[in-house]
Order: sequence, then structure tokens, then C-alpha cells
Amino acid sequence: MKKDRPSLRRRFPLSLLLACAFAMALPVRGFPHPQQTKPTEEPLVLPGEIGRSGGRLVISLRAEPKTLNPLTAADAPSREVIGAMQADLVHINRATQLTEPALAKSWKISPDGLQYTLTLRQGLRFSDGHPLDADDVLFTFHVYLDENVHATQRDQLIVGGKPITVRKLDAQTLIFQFAKPYGAEERLFDGFAILPRHLLEKPYQEGKLGQLWTPSTLPNQWAGLGPFRLKEYVAGQKLVLERNPYYWKTDTKGKRLPYLDELVFLFVPSADAQVLRFQSGETDLITRLGAENFSVLSRQQRGYTMADAGPGLEYNFLFFNLNDPGEKSSSDLVRKRKWGRDVKFRQAVSAAIDRDAIVRLVYQGRGAALWGPVTPGNRRWVNAAIPHTPRSLDRARALLKEAGFSWSASANGESTLVDSDGTPVEFTILTSSSNADRTKMATLIQDDLKQLGMHVQVVPLEFRSLIDRVTQTKEYDACLLGLASFDADPTPDLNVWLSSGGTHLWNPSQSHPATPWEAEIDRLMEQQLATSGFDQRKKLYDRVQEILAENQPMIFLASPDILVGAKNSIANFRPAVLEPYALWNVEQLYFRNAAENPNR
Amino acid sequence: MTQPRKLTKWLVVLVLLHGIVVAAGFFAPYDPIEQDREHPYFPPMHIHTIDAHGHLHVRPFFYPLRLREGSFDQYEEDTTTTVPLIFFDRGARYHLLSFIPFRLHLFGTAGARIYLLGSDAYGRDQLSRILYGGQVSLLAGLLGAGVTLFLGALVGMAAGYYGGWRDELLMRFAELFLALPWLYLLFALRAFLPLAVSPLEAFLLVVVVIGMVGWARPARLVRGVVLSVKERDFVRAARGFGASNIYLLRRHILPETASVLFTQAAILVPQFVLAEMTLSFLGLGVPEPMSSWGNLLATLQQYNVLVSYWWMYLPALAIVPFFLGYLSLASALQERTSPYKIEEKTSWNLS
Repeated sequence: MKKDRPSLRRRFPLSLLLACAFAMALPVRGFPHPQQTKPTEEPLVLPGEIGRSGGRLVISLRAEPKTLNPLTAADAPSREVIGAMQADLVHINRATQLTEPALAKSWKISPDGLQYTLTLRQGLRFSDGHPLDADDVLFTFHVYLDENVHATQRDQLIVGGKPITVRKLDAQTLIFQFAKPYGAEERLFDGFAILPRHLLEKPYQEGKLGQLWTPSTLPNQWAGLGPFRLKEYVAGQKLVLERNPYYWKTDTKGKRLPYLDELVFLFVPSADAQVLRFQSGETDLITRLGAENFSVLSRQQRGYTMADAGPGLEYNFLFFNLNDPGEKSSSDLVRKRKWGRDVKFRQAVSAAIDRDAIVRLVYQGRGAALWGPVTPGNRRWVNAAIPHTPRSLDRARALLKEAGFSWSASANGESTLVDSDGTPVEFTILTSSSNADRTKMATLIQDDLKQLGMHVQVVPLEFRSLIDRVTQTKEYDACLLGLASFDADPTPDLNVWLSSGGTHLWNPSQSHPATPWEAEIDRLMEQQLATSGFDQRKKLYDRVQEILAENQPMIFLASPDILVGAKNSIANFRPAVLEPYALWNVEQLYFRNAAENPNR
Repeated sequence: MTQPRKLTKWLVVLVLLHGIVVAAGFFAPYDPIEQDREHPYFPPMHIHTIDAHGHLHVRPFFYPLRLREGSFDQYEEDTTTTVPLIFFDRGARYHLLSFIPFRLHLFGTAGARIYLLGSDAYGRDQLSRILYGGQVSLLAGLLGAGVTLFLGALVGMAAGYYGGWRDELLMRFAELFLALPWLYLLFALRAFLPLAVSPLEAFLLVVVVIGMVGWARPARLVRGVVLSVKERDFVRAARGFGASNIYLLRRHILPETASVLFTQAAILVPQFVLAEMTLSFLGLGVPEPMSSWGNLLATLQQYNVLVSYWWMYLPALAIVPFFLGYLSLASALQERTSPYKIEEKTSWNLS
């Protein structure tokens, strides 16, 4: 920034272009298809209901997005906003869970699975009117792979220990070279927003890319390929996006999408406040609803529709601390760890848990009981062969007996479970205090385990200190948490199942797998990553699910349904179980009639 | 009504109320932590004596509830079966005064469970939980008030009697205590404690905290009384006869402060019950599954409970008779100690 002089030359034509872009933006809104006659543009035609243009959709966000920079976004609000502003080469259709062409109109994979040839759509433009070409894509992947940028998605681009390489064949064609075959294939490209080289190259060379694009960025400093572009940001209140007049999708009648003029994200910190805003009609759409609030809204429906999209990808589980206690720890601690490290003990706990009650009482029936990590919502990958063993205290007692536990009757008539040394089994379960659902689950499990004679205490902790305890200090007995994969594929969960992974919660970041079954999971996960063909990979991942269900390092509990609601006037409302739930087809959402959408 | 009679009346009321809570096991039909997972958030049931066909039953009975057709959380009475109440029923085990094993309950049912005050998210009986929760809340209030009065009397007497720099020091210290934002102090204190505290530890913590926090006000009152009493003739005379400080404080001054202390106690107990409720409401009190009036109300922090299940407010009503009793007792005590103000007092007396 200090060297202003040489950059002036480059900036001048750019600002001219920007001026043109804004001049063009106005007529575009008046006449829906001004550029349709251009022979070069190859828009993506979306099937579906034909909508009418106009209107402003208001939704609430749980927190302010920390950034609009796809490179550094890690929090859910940022990702949700960026999802409406950016586009990727190949996109996963949230409804079908399959890949679809996006910025790349087609792709080809070489027979050895190492070379991907992607062809870009022609005549595409960024939201500021600047044309997109292969150089932008080249630049984008160069940036994502640059270690100094610290892109959150960088790990995904390291396949077989080596970063993938990208080459430009011509202005529309790119070749991605992999060191090893990649199992998930073109799903890799979902989530890699293509960045505008004309805006970002200079900051990148100056090393300022990471700090760029905060919500308070001026709209003319920002460009994307998504359905909406930045318009206004009011700190602490809202983020306003406006229709991207250059968006590359049309409906079957050739009308350029999106239908909505504006998309407004209000920052509403609590779930209850979001429900109140939705109830009062201040927001048009609500996602990430809890089952209880869902039933409150369903009971008093006034001009809105509530939808249950079925179980999502979130899986909740209880896990014991399986870390090696180390030589210095007290004998008390070693004994407690010994219980959890015994597979029979874990199986007994699992057998004693009333999963149906969890679904009924915590999710009011709007969820699914789990016996493995893959939820029924992940239709293609769930291993249907994993037995759904019903709750059985007898089986649990038999397992405990086999593991050397016994019962001693205490003075007040209750029996207490004691281990082979005669120590009563007492432990604490940590949960996050901000999540009422998980605290409730823990309370139910506490009661379930009491019937086995175990004395369990539930300790709700603030989320950050909970994670710190589990992954850093490792001072805990057991913990109840949930994880949600963002894609219906085993690859995003790699970090959870690999024994070296940081989210391998029960014993994170191991240098060598501690148990034979963890070693086998490692092997299977690596293998599925390098295998192409769904059937082959499914077979490998099914085995992973079986091993997990058998060894119960995580005792899987339940998965909540994805619950959403929208005003009746919103059409094309088709919620999916993958993030961003009801907003995945935001470009197709429209208001049925203008009267129902007064401009607020 | 004359004062002693008024005093006795309120004392009797309070003893009765406390008796019910102490014998919670007898009055509560069920174990307060027993979950009935088929019946979460059951609305309160009605007791009938006349059934749907107009027949009179000798024994009061109730109709079990069933889901109203086409709804998922609305219940209606199933009038096809009646479940009679059984008085003096032998039901769940409990311990009277926490050491005498007992099984007798005031009432119970055979078959379907009865929820006179509804059930909570886990299908636990709200009536039983309120009764047992009262044990925690009231005991915390009483013990807390005891600690406070003990500390207050000690500090107040020392400051008032010895005077001088000791008085200055103690009173400035008391003012510091009055100015402390004690709720935040408590949050900070809780953060230093180990992760899992047993219910007993949590309870003692609550008692100690609310007891430690409130001593400054009674200390000031006691100091005022002591200041005037120590100049009274009989105290001077006793001192003239060579009575030691300790003897004077114990024999002549402490009895004079008794009326202030009793009135303070009657005011402080409900205040501290409320303090316990605040702490439990914020999750600093006794942990689940034990109940206290505060953590029974904690579920109301959720919007859906607030708008859907009105019977979850009932624990808030439980404190009303206790408050009324204690505050009337306090005013009766006050009237007795300041006889010249009777006329003035009766105009706003709660009784």
C-alpha cells in the first residue's frame, strides 16, 4: 500500500471497469435479460418452478460473520454468508447429495484417476463485471495452497501427502494433477470459492490476503461469483446482500437468477430470539431450529410453513477418555481410565442407554437413534447392516460381569457397581452448557446408568473450556459431544477417524495408533481415500462403521432432524439436510406476490 | 388480635408449612428423581368425584391422559377408565428426616401415575419435586440466615462494644461488603472450584456464600443496639461491680439485641431462600437430578417452555405462603419490640 505510484497504473483501468459495472447494474434490474443475446455466455439452466423477480428475504444469523474471506472463514455464520456470495467449480447438490456442474461445465477424470480436466463455462463474469478466466482459477488454487495464507481448506488439497498441481491448458480448460487417486473425486472442488484475481493479486503479493474482506469491506473492493453480492454492513445489526446481476444461472425460461433483489442477514444472538423474530414476521426464513421451538412454531402457525427435512448429518455421542493416563497420574485417575479403556465396559454403557427415550424426550421424536457415526440422513453411506440393538440392562449387566465388575448393596438399598478392586464406579460426563439438548441427553444417560449402579455426575461446561479439556489437558472422564460433517462423504470426517487426527476425540493426535482396531480404521480410511468408485469405497467405509460400532470408542446416541420454517409466500422452498439447509437454492427462492412482502 | 396471639398464629402457620416440606417423602407421591419417560410435560391432572356418566364415586379418582388425536403434545382425559386414589398408600421408599426408612405416602395410585402439578421434561412428578426442592431451598435459607446472624452479631457487638478504631475498621469493612457485586463474585468463586462438586458440596457452598454475603446489615443494626445498651445504667452498674467484657456482652448486651436478631432472622430467611433460588436458577446451586425451587424454575429460561407449559411456573408459587408467613412473623415481632408504634404499624400490617 505504501508503494502507491506503480499500482496507480493498474488501478486506473480497474476503477473504470468498476464504474462500468455500476452503470450496468442499474438497467439490469429493470430488464431481466439484457445480455441473453450474447452468444458467448453459457449459463447454467436450473430446472424448477419459474418465479417472479423482486423482494427482499430476511433471515437471522446466530452471530456476526467474522469474515467474508473464503480463505479464512471457519465459523458457521461466515460460511453461511459466503455460501450465498461465492461459487465453486463443481457443486454438490444439497438435495440429491450428488455433484453437479457449476463454474466448470464439465470435467473428465483420466483412467488412472490422477488427472482431472475441467472446462469452464464461457462468458462468465464476477459480480463487478470483470470476466472470469482460467487465470482466476489458477490464482485461486495457488492461494489456497500457499502455506503463508493459512487457508482453512488447505489440507483437503493435499492428496497422498503432496499438494495437487493446477495447470492451464487454454483460457477455458484446466488440468488438476493428483499424486494419488482421490476417492471423493470431484466432490473435492465443492467449497473452493473461485477468487477474483484482479482484486486480490496485489494484496496477495503484499501478504495481506488473510486480513482482507472483513464484513466492513467496501462493496467495490469485493467481487464474487455467487448469486448475491455485498451491499451494506451495519456492525452489530445486519449484513445486506444484493442481487448479482452477472450471475451465471438462469431458469428454464432463460431469466437470469436469482429472483430476489436483496438478501438480508440480521444478527440475532440467541435461538429463542430468532424464533420470536420469525414469529413476528420480521424474518422470512428460519433454519437450525431446535425440536422444542419447532413444535412451538408448528402449534401456532400463522402464515408460515414448518418443514422437517429428516435427520441431518449431526451425530451426538458419548465418549470415554481413552488417553494413556501416563505414569505420573494418581492411582485414582488410572483406575477411572481403566474402566473406559475396557471395551466391555463401553459396550455395557451403550447397551444401557435408552436411545429411543433420547429421541423422544430431547428431540420430541424429531430425530433418529444412532448405533454408528453415519446418520440415516447420509443416505448413500450409511451401513444398514449395523445392528440396532435395543436397550437391555440384562445384557449390560452380563457384559460388566464378564469385565470383572460386581455389585455391592449399600445401606439405603441401592446397589453400587464396583470394579475388581472394589472401587465404586463413579465418573463425570462433560457437556457443553450452551447446548440444552446435550445436557438433557446427559441427564437421561445419568439415570440410565444409575440403574446399572454407576454414579454419574453431569457437568455442563462452557464450550471452549470443554474443547480445551478434551483435546489439550485431557482431564476428564467422559464427554458428550456432537459433530456434523458438512458433506455426505467420509472424507470430511477423516480427521475424526484417523488416529493422528486432531478431532480423534477420545485420544487425539496419536503418533502411532494405540489399538489394533484404530490401526485398522486408519488403514481402511487411507484406502478408501485412494480408491475410486463408490461401491469399493462404500465397502471399506462400511467396515469402518462396523469397527466403530463394535469397539464403541464413541457411543453413538442420536441425530436431530433438520428443522426449518418459511413464510408461506416463499416459493421454491426445498430444505435439504446438508448445510445451508434451506438456503442451498437461495437463487431460486422467490416471493409469490408482492403484497406479502412489504419492503421493510 | 393481641400481639402474642398474632405471633403464635404465624408461628403455627410456619411450623405447619415447614412440617410439610420436612415430611416431603410422605406428602409426595413419588420419588422426585424417578423418570417416567413415556410422559414428559404432562399437564396437571384433575381429581374427580363424579365420573363422566354422572355417577358419584366414594373414592376420589382421576382419568389418565392420552394424546388428543391429530396433535403431538396436547392431552385430554381418557374417560373410559378411572384410576382411584389410594390414601395412605405404600409406595416408593424414602427416608423421613433423611434417616428413618419409610414407605407410607399420603396418597398414591395403582396403575397410572398421577401428576397433580404436571410433569417435567423427563416425566418427573412436579409436586414431588417441589416438595423435595423445598427441603434444599428452605434449609439453605435457614442455615444461611443462621450463619449471617452469627457473623453479624459477632461483628456488630465487637464494633459497638469496643468502639474506637476497631469500630471504624469493622464498619468500613462491612460497607465494603455491602458494596460488593456478590453475584459476580460468586461466578468467579465457582470458576475456581473443582469441576464436579457433589450435591452436598454444592449445597454447602451455596449456604456459605449466601451466609457470608449478608452479614453486614445485621452487624450494623446490632452495633446500633449495642452502642445504646452499653451506656444503660444496669450495664454501667455491672461494670462497676467488676464484670468482665465477655460477661457483660453475654449476660447483659446479647439479650438486648435478641429482638433485633429475631426480627432480622424472620426477614432474612425468605431473602436467603430467594438468594438460593437465584443461584440455582443460574446453575450455581445443587446439580441435577436433585431439585431445588431455583433449579425447578431454571427450565423457564427456554422460550418454548415459557410459552408451552404453564405448570412449570408453579414452583414460583410455592414460595408465596412461606414469604407471607415469614414477613408477617417479622412484622409481629417488630410490633412486640416497639410497642409505641402499634397504631402506625397496623395500618399496613400484612395480617
